[in-house]
Amino acid sequence: MLVINKKVLVSTLFVVVSVFTLSGCGSQKVMQQKQEKKSVDIKQWQTKNGVKVLYVYAPELPLLDVNVVFDAGSVRDNNKPGIATLTSGLLSHGSKLGNKTLTVDDVSERFENVGARFSASATKDYAALKLRTLTDEQWLSQAVTTLQSIINAPVFDQKELERTRKQVLVAIDGRKQSPGTIADELFYKNLYGEHPYANPGIGTMASIKKMTRHDLMHFYKQYYVAKNALVTIVGNVDKQKAIQLAEQLTGHLPVGKKADELSDVKNLAAASSIHKEFPSSQTHIMMGQTGVHRKDKDYFSLYVANHILGGSGFGSRIMEEIREKRGLAYSSYSYFIPMLKRGPFIIGMQTSNKQTDEAMGVLKTTLADFVNDGPSEKELLHSKKNITGGFPLRIDSNKDISNYLTVIGFYNLPLDYLKNFNQHINAVTLAQIKDALKRRIDPDKMLAVTVGARQ
Amino acid sequence: MRIRLLSFITLSVLVVNNAHASDIHEFKMANGMKVLVKEDHRAPVVVSQVWYKVGASYEHSGITGVSHVLEHMMFKGTQKHAAGEFSRIIAENGGRENAFTGRDYTAYFQQLEKSRLKVSFEMEADRMRNLTLPENEFKKEVAVVMEERRMRTEDNASALTSEQFYATAFTNNPYHQPIIGWMNDLESMQVSDLRQWYEKFYAPNNATLVVVGDVNAADVFDLAKKYFADLKPSKISVTKPRLDATQKGARRITVKAPARLPYMVMGYKVPSYKTAKEKWEPYALDVLAYILSGGSSSRFSKSLVRQQQIAVSADTGYGIFSRLDELFLIDGTPAAGHSVAQLEKSIDKEIEKIKKELVSKDELERIKAQTIAEKVYEKDSIFYQAMQIGMLETVGLDWRLNEQYTKRIREVTAEQIQTVAKKYLINDTLTVAVLEPQPLAAVKPRRSLSGRH
Repeated sequence: MLVINKKVLVSTLFVVVSVFTLSGCGSQKVMQQKQEKKSVDIKQWQTKNGVKVLYVYAPELPLLDVNVVFDAGSVRDNNKPGIATLTSGLLSHGSKLGNKTLTVDDVSERFENVGARFSASATKDYAALKLRTLTDEQWLSQAVTTLQSIINAPVFDQKELERTRKQVLVAIDGRKQSPGTIADELFYKNLYGEHPYANPGIGTMASIKKMTRHDLMHFYKQYYVAKNALVTIVGNVDKQKAIQLAEQLTGHLPVGKKADELSDVKNLAAASSIHKEFPSSQTHIMMGQTGVHRKDKDYFSLYVANHILGGSGFGSRIMEEIREKRGLAYSSYSYFIPMLKRGPFIIGMQTSNKQTDEAMGVLKTTLADFVNDGPSEKELLHSKKNITGGFPLRIDSNKDISNYLTVIGFYNLPLDYLKNFNQHINAVTLAQIKDALKRRIDPDKMLAVTVGARQ
Repeated sequence: MRIRLLSFITLSVLVVNNAHASDIHEFKMANGMKVLVKEDHRAPVVVSQVWYKVGASYEHSGITGVSHVLEHMMFKGTQKHAAGEFSRIIAENGGRENAFTGRDYTAYFQQLEKSRLKVSFEMEADRMRNLTLPENEFKKEVAVVMEERRMRTEDNASALTSEQFYATAFTNNPYHQPIIGWMNDLESMQVSDLRQWYEKFYAPNNATLVVVGDVNAADVFDLAKKYFADLKPSKISVTKPRLDATQKGARRITVKAPARLPYMVMGYKVPSYKTAKEKWEPYALDVLAYILSGGSSSRFSKSLVRQQQIAVSADTGYGIFSRLDELFLIDGTPAAGHSVAQLEKSIDKEIEKIKKELVSKDELERIKAQTIAEKVYEKDSIFYQAMQIGMLETVGLDWRLNEQYTKRIREVTAEQIQTVAKKYLINDTLTVAVLEPQPLAAVKPRRSLSGRH
């Protein structure tokens, strides 16, 4: 809706998959030393107005990926839920280019006439504008000029706001028909309480109805500034060209004020269970607590721990207990989402309504055993082999590398983060994992959300 | 600006095409197994896929979903390897693995660091002929598949609508039935059904091995021979054609399910590349799909979503490389305050416009630019490249069609688009399914504080 889509093929063409591995955390990616010279030689500099730029030269294909990222995610919504997402979406719905005003139709055509792909989105932590284009000079130039216009001179046309507002209201309404989405929303709301991570990025009916053009312009002016910006460039352009591109895209943004430090996340005080009745054949289960932040000292210990618990699909404990031994679910998993502040630790699955109690019992026992006893030496070894051995796969495309640069840049990870990843994994000991699990996960204080037909 | 742009598109096409000289190597073993290798040396990785010519469209009534359940059971052990051991071995080698079932194919894949390709071959060769299909594993796995069906279809109102839609649009054509199978067929499925299916279709002469990555083609052939050459071929019986009876008049159904948003899906009977007599027609249909919904500058986005504001979304779908006759699909959700009927009327008007007025040169050029660019973007994923090759080969087409795709799209004229619209987008072969949302019980979440159970 707020994104320029490629032709959408009908989803019923495939039934995909026996395994469903959730690697939802962008960080869980690694790289092999061998490749590092070629693909992950990251260059860093600043534009004249102070925007951080990360660049990797990838000449093999005639294409370029540019991400322009702002500290303007839904954590910045404050008392206007949905404003970050709406702002990022409306940037491409009309902007000034020289003396001309581009309409949303113009913007779409300028990108698609040269085969470029553009998308805008806001996560909890940041907003990202992503462009993929061929590097053929004139095509590249048209795509980048259009992006420049979107970033620097959006007009927030009133008519487009009204139209988009209606669409967002429909989308919010549509979330009520999906038990998985309802569970997700309840989970974050109850896990984070007053913290901005509680807020569903899309917003609420009430706040979206009230949002004004002035609100959006104000949000844009406050957060879309050099101090909050990051540019990542991966592709077939040399460094000189990359420097010029970054200047063109963000070099004229006002310096601005850095977004405020986010408040810390509080631990849950006690266990709680929340159930919402829904007329579905399955109950969606989400259990969890607050987890790790990006620079957490327990990051690698818990990364490996989660890989063994439920982060690696088949062979992980949750998958074994829920699916392989009992056939209770198609998908069952655990993961940490590392964020600027402590993101969630989530265990999830969905099962026929009547099996809900059994499944939750198994999940709880599996977690409690794991926290009490930790993994075995054998599990740890196996897991390390998988993580480190699979490492070239995680950076085998420009798209992967581009996504890493965004994570490394936005979260201020060291430039050698990828290079050292395997060493960090290999250094994790059984004692460290056991210690981290005991300190960081309390099976007696879990939030459990269920959505389904239980009555 | 427009003129400069257009002339430039032509130039780029030449540049891109030069870079595309075919680099796929083909090899056939004495037992009938085909091996296709594409070298891509960008990263030290490899993807290996084994494709079988079997899928949901090969199934008959009563055993729907058997291809997909068998796919699940392919991870449940052979005489040499216990259930789950394949997955463990691949994981220990740092690999990713999975499988997927479509209407026209079943495929298994591994992604690995390049030196570990043999691990994949050893395992695939073993399970091609030596699957054990234990009863106790089957019982659990079919329960897993039923949970999968609940998740994907039963509890998803638009998926449920879409399933009913296919079952109405097609009668004898097996695209009638869902890939995952009807629930009742899953409930009554026996391990013997799977065994028969396995014996019938899992053989080297019904399989294609596709390898893409940082490899040497000759080395891959040697390695493949080592693991697969000794497998015995089977006699694969000819699949019945199962052509649909000619549709004589529009079909309309409603589906009632708990939901908030109305939804509709409609489709016209059209040929695929495989079944078309005139081989330009499917490409014209493909371009038509792009004209209507290929991106934010397409007609549906511009007209239905933005100008008329009658849709929140409207899309098209067309499987040009399907094995059997296809549907030209259109689906969408109306904007607030508009009905599905109004949305359908607006879609009809767009179709009428295509029939009456030739599409503009600008639109055609844009689609060509998008197609050229997408073909380059595809090369950023070795997995996707392997998919394209395997899929074409498995539906009985030539993998070279993928390399020719951009050229064929470029050759499509405005007149051809009008011709296929007039010929195929006609009321007598139309099927429409409408979701009528039923209330979701409005119950507030119940909160309770609790200790450990």
